Amino acid sequence: MTSLRVQDLWAGYDPGLSIVKGVSFVVARGETICILGPNGAGKSTLIKALAGQVPVQDGRVTLDGRDVTGLSSHLLVRQGLGFVPQTENIFASLSIRENLQIAAELLPKAARAARIDAMFTAFPDLGKRPKELAGALSGGQRQMLAAARALLTEPEVLMLDEPSAGLSPKLVGQVFDTLAQISAQGVTLILVEQNVRAALAITKRALVLVDGQMAHDGPTEGLQDGAFLGQLFLGQRKGASL
Amino acid sequence: MNPQAIVEGLIAGSTIGLGAIGLTLAYSILRFANFTHGDYLAWGAYFTLSLTGFLGGLAAAFGAPLAPFSFGLGLPLAMLGGMVMTVVLALVLDRVLFGRLRARGAETIIIVMASFGASMALRSLLEFIYTARPEYFTKALQIAQPIGFGMRATPDQLLVIGVTAVLVVALHLIVTRSATGRAMRAVAENPALAGVYGIDTARVIRMTWIIGAALACVAGVMAGLLVQIRPYMGFDLLLPLFAAAILGGIGSIPGAMLGGLIIGLSEAFAVQIIGAEWRAAVSFIILVLVLLLRPQGIFGRGAA
Repeated sequence: MTSLRVQDLWAGYDPGLSIVKGVSFVVARGETICILGPNGAGKSTLIKALAGQVPVQDGRVTLDGRDVTGLSSHLLVRQGLGFVPQTENIFASLSIRENLQIAAELLPKAARAARIDAMFTAFPDLGKRPKELAGALSGGQRQMLAAARALLTEPEVLMLDEPSAGLSPKLVGQVFDTLAQISAQGVTLILVEQNVRAALAITKRALVLVDGQMAHDGPTEGLQDGAFLGQLFLGQRKGASL
Repeated sequence: MNPQAIVEGLIAGSTIGLGAIGLTLAYSILRFANFTHGDYLAWGAYFTLSLTGFLGGLAAAFGAPLAPFSFGLGLPLAMLGGMVMTVVLALVLDRVLFGRLRARGAETIIIVMASFGASMALRSLLEFIYTARPEYFTKALQIAQPIGFGMRATPDQLLVIGVTAVLVVALHLIVTRSATGRAMRAVAENPALAGVYGIDTARVIRMTWIIGAALACVAGVMAGLLVQIRPYMGFDLLLPLFAAAILGGIGSIPGAMLGGLIIGLSEAFAVQIIGAEWRAAVSFIILVLVLLLRPQGIFGRGAA
């Protein structure tokens, strides 16, 4: 069953300058995909456009058949599209609990406390010190809090922009273990990631963007050795599919 | 040194602090120095004055003084109406001016200059409507009573200090304990991320104007009650308001209040020690010293 459908999407910060150029893809409910590509390919711009953080210039985005094209980010969250930015993805001056309380405002009042407790159970490191300022957390714990915040509202689709950015190899392992657990729970995941090896380990399908255009959309099998991706990244095999 | 300066300073500081709270909220959430804020004080005072006159015309009971204060029931009732009208003024100005500039992605300096122009227009309009002649909520004479330690204060003055304390505590609780307060702090830290969390930033901006303008009206009424009402009363308070907001730390409500009290007390002591003609310079000197020595203010966080 289709969860997210992106049709001929054009997006960019300036009206006359498109970074994402006519990208189309479909993500099925419960599927986990990663979006790969060289630096400057438009991966983050694509995911930010889907999250309402970058203006959509043309095209159409539907979530379970509902047109969500160009909605602002706070409305997209209400529609079930969760997003975790790459950096500055938590409120450092608020406590861990307050970060979750803000997200919980979208839920019915009676359900809020239980969902926050559920997140503290799922992420025990956070539950140990709910009153601590989020700014005091380590890089990995910040990503956990960002993921917990996004999951709290039980989104239909969760998009993460480079969750491993700036983390030590050990913390990258922790973050991807968490993402694998989230994926196993049936949440539709869209992952933009520079760490190709880690991303391919938890996904079965990859989109490759080159210069803002879709260069590949297919299974991750065969991408692990790097040769095929290298060809795509260097522009020698544009439009290929596995 | 006469301890009476403490009373004078606390009273002046109450008005400055209440005004500075609105300024500091607007600065932290909307990210610009709003020069019209002083005019919201003046407009709030004049709105209240007009409504007081209207209520007094309806029934004489509204004008009869409520002992031991110098004013009647009409003033607090009119102030509630004045707060609503000042809020409407601030929201309309945001809709027709600041909101449009934000939507266009205007640079901060453009919005600041727009607020400067709007401030002049608001002031001139006030002068056109009410003339520059000072007005008074009441001309009743109050005798300052001894309150201990060689200090004296009128009931009106004590009421101003009490109302300020209640409002500051209530607002501090709203900002630190309520969902609205959490949303305001979140938008102040990172407006783009606030949207990702599901916060409607437009609603938070409206709340900021509502709180700031309502408190500006109260501050204007307090200043009008204890001194007089003039079209330039808000403009004259601008420098102390900015000094208090920056001294307390931008975005901090207790900081703005403490900053206001420090400015008020400093002015009062300066009048005693070096003369009344230096009163206005005190805010400027404190502002410069804070910017040079601790630009993040008392409660502000330093740059990471």
